[in-house]
Amino acid sequence: MAAMPAFPYTERDLARFREVQQLAYHCAEQVAAWIEPGVTERQTTAELRRRLVAAGVQDFFHVPFAWFGDRTAFRHFRTPLQFFAGSRRLEEGMPYVLDCAPIVDGYTADIGYGGKVGENRVWDRLAADLAVYRELILAEVRARKPLNEVYAAVDAQIAAHGYDNRHRVYPGRVIGHQVTRTTVRGPAGVNVFGFGVRTLQTLGRELVTERLHGRSPLWADGRSSRHAPTPGLWAVEPHIGFRGVGIKFEELLVVTEDDAHWLDDDLPHVRRWTAAGQEATSTRTDAVEAAR
Amino acid sequence: MSTPTRRRTVRSGGLSLAVFEQGDPAAPTVLLVHGYPDTHAVWDDVAADLARDHHVVRYDVRGAGESGAPAGRDGYRLEHLAEDLFAVAEAVSPDEPVHLVAHDWGSIQSWEAVTAPGAERRIASYTTMSGPCLDHTGHWLRHRLRRPTPRHLGQLLHQGLHSWYITAFHLPYLAPAAWRLGLARAWPRVLRDLEHVTPRAGHPGPSLRRDAVRGIELYRANFRPTMGRPRERPTEVPVQLVTLTRDRYVGTYLSEGLERWVPNLTRRTLHAGHWSALLEKGATVAGLVREFTARTAAERAGNGRPAEGDGRLAVVTGGGSGIGRATALALAEDGARVVVCDLDLAAAERTAELASLVGPKAHAYRVDVADGAAMDAFAQAVAAEHGVPDVLVNNAGIGHSGTFLQTTEKEWQRVLDVNLWGVIHGCRAFGTLMADRGRGGHLVNVSSAAAYLPSKALTAYATSKAAVFMLSDCLRAEFTAHGIGVSTICPGIVNTNITRTSTFSATTAAEQAAKQARAARLYARRGFPPEKVADAIVRAVRTGRAVVPVTPEAKVARFLSRLSPGLLRLAARLNVT
Repeated sequence: MAAMPAFPYTERDLARFREVQQLAYHCAEQVAAWIEPGVTERQTTAELRRRLVAAGVQDFFHVPFAWFGDRTAFRHFRTPLQFFAGSRRLEEGMPYVLDCAPIVDGYTADIGYGGKVGENRVWDRLAADLAVYRELILAEVRARKPLNEVYAAVDAQIAAHGYDNRHRVYPGRVIGHQVTRTTVRGPAGVNVFGFGVRTLQTLGRELVTERLHGRSPLWADGRSSRHAPTPGLWAVEPHIGFRGVGIKFEELLVVTEDDAHWLDDDLPHVRRWTAAGQEATSTRTDAVEAAR
Repeated sequence: MSTPTRRRTVRSGGLSLAVFEQGDPAAPTVLLVHGYPDTHAVWDDVAADLARDHHVVRYDVRGAGESGAPAGRDGYRLEHLAEDLFAVAEAVSPDEPVHLVAHDWGSIQSWEAVTAPGAERRIASYTTMSGPCLDHTGHWLRHRLRRPTPRHLGQLLHQGLHSWYITAFHLPYLAPAAWRLGLARAWPRVLRDLEHVTPRAGHPGPSLRRDAVRGIELYRANFRPTMGRPRERPTEVPVQLVTLTRDRYVGTYLSEGLERWVPNLTRRTLHAGHWSALLEKGATVAGLVREFTARTAAERAGNGRPAEGDGRLAVVTGGGSGIGRATALALAEDGARVVVCDLDLAAAERTAELASLVGPKAHAYRVDVADGAAMDAFAQAVAAEHGVPDVLVNNAGIGHSGTFLQTTEKEWQRVLDVNLWGVIHGCRAFGTLMADRGRGGHLVNVSSAAAYLPSKALTAYATSKAAVFMLSDCLRAEFTAHGIGVSTICPGIVNTNITRTSTFSATTAAEQAAKQARAARLYARRGFPPEKVADAIVRAVRTGRAVVPVTPEAKVARFLSRLSPGLLRLAARLNVT
């Protein structure tokens, strides 16, 4: 067996990955600002794609997705075709999730953005609790736990919260997958079942080479994930649901040979949690001052 | 009677109606409509109680008591009765909509008013007892005749047998003659012996014979025309349906599917007969009305889902995870206020938090169900802080695996303490509260498919669950006299954390952990979600079903246990762990 591969990216590479991820989240936020009751999922993915292409995106790891209402929790999903954007219209109070994976110069981002229009108390609770999973996953990976055990720890947290594991609905039940710099020369912009042709080439090659090392580029709860986190970049996408509401984040986790960190902390969901934390602190301070 | 009664007359459709008012006219108005063969006097107890904080209005309906009688049969048609009702409401409360409460024929005619277009502007709420909407009943009949399943046919047969008098009332001469020739004189005895009503002076009133004969026209004028061609009659008015469990005339399932017509429906049960509800339990009825008027008034003011839910209170033991948590959430979603208890307070609080997101505000307690004194204290605390529950789900339980010779005395005690004594303590503490209140209720005991599926590897567990099964059967027989239903739930293999807390006899800690993990994997692979068990429990509470096997394997095992128990006794020898 070959020795554990060294971390394959330079600081420059990481900076480029970070840029693409920022770009993707930026476009998602623009679409979130544009979105309103009445638009359909298909209109939303078209808008998302338009903005990404306008920002210089050349190819997609997978086609953009948008889910509205209880489709954010993948309720009544029977076939993989149901992942694709449909004719569901956004209504007041509905949650939504945007998911896109743009590629620029071979550098890939894969992001998930959860939002709501109007009031939705269940969404508020889920969105706040999602922070727990970001900390949990990082702590477990830094402890270099086998990936299937990290998956099980996330499951246990989901059960304690009283939610459903919704990432297990994804093909292969994956909570994450490895991301590399695509260097293949297939036709850009062509996709098969929603995944870019270049993605499939890269993924196929990875599946074979990783298999030889007893590892998998896909992170799930089965036997094939019974290995320590592979150094490199992982797109991690915990997706939780409660009743008709689902929410996820997806961002790149940097795994080095002996440590790990999230590629970027300047992201919409992290900013939301920070703001909520500050607000809670300031309310507490107000309460203390009022008590005086 | 403490509050004085003021009498006035209201003209409607050329007749004068005798109207009786009590209480502060500035308070919310409650309009009470009596049935057949009664007068406003049937409400005496209810009115006296309600008059403390309501403006109580009663009237004699046309043809009864001191009100005028129409000349012909057409004068008794429902549309005229509804016009009378609106006329009285307009006269006594011209500015504010009234809260309507009705019984028997009063309820049938009130439905006519409640389902009139725009009724929600004049009627703030409607509490109905023992009188369905004839149009709804017409649709109910049609639906059952079109789909004659055994269950539907049984309902038709049952209701048919209890409606003999309606047919009799349609025959010429017979019914009027019966009333004239002695039934009126015998009526107090009928009420006493068949309806368990204590005789009282002045009831029934002196006009009984005349009212009873005239009132036969109510049946003749309305039954065939309305039931033969039922109209679509939905309503926006909030309706509280009080089902009387010992009603001889109106079957409880007549209200099945009523949600189709009444989106804002609250169902309550009162353990009483057709007349004893008003004449023996007037204060209880007044309490139900008071709760409902307060709630609908708050709903009107707040324009939204009330924090109080539909007024039902449910207690779930072991509500911190698994079937308990799912059941608490399902009950909350169904509109009940939920109280959960668990050994793990944090988990129970989490359940309460989630329940509050999908339903009314929920509460959590830390209780060990195996501790009788603690359960008593818990029941008292719930009664003091939230009221007497309408539903109790005895769900807390633990798993244990081991053959008889492997299982130690300590292990036996632990399993029986939680699985059996926990249920006994729950039923005793909360069953007493429910019986004392006299409004009925429902106990749900979570047993197991192991109750009828013997296995040498689950001796203690299966024994405890079989005991719960039998306990429930005996309780049901006793509690039916109190109007308290008992359901036994036999889930089967459900994906919950019971496998993570199960213990295994004669194993080391490491072996036990391995066995727990193996069982958890098996249960996860089976993948039957606790939410489906929760749905079955909510359904059982609604329908009162006695024994509910949930998963297919639990159903098959139940079937086999009755078809061929010998086969299951043989299968019990298999080594399943």
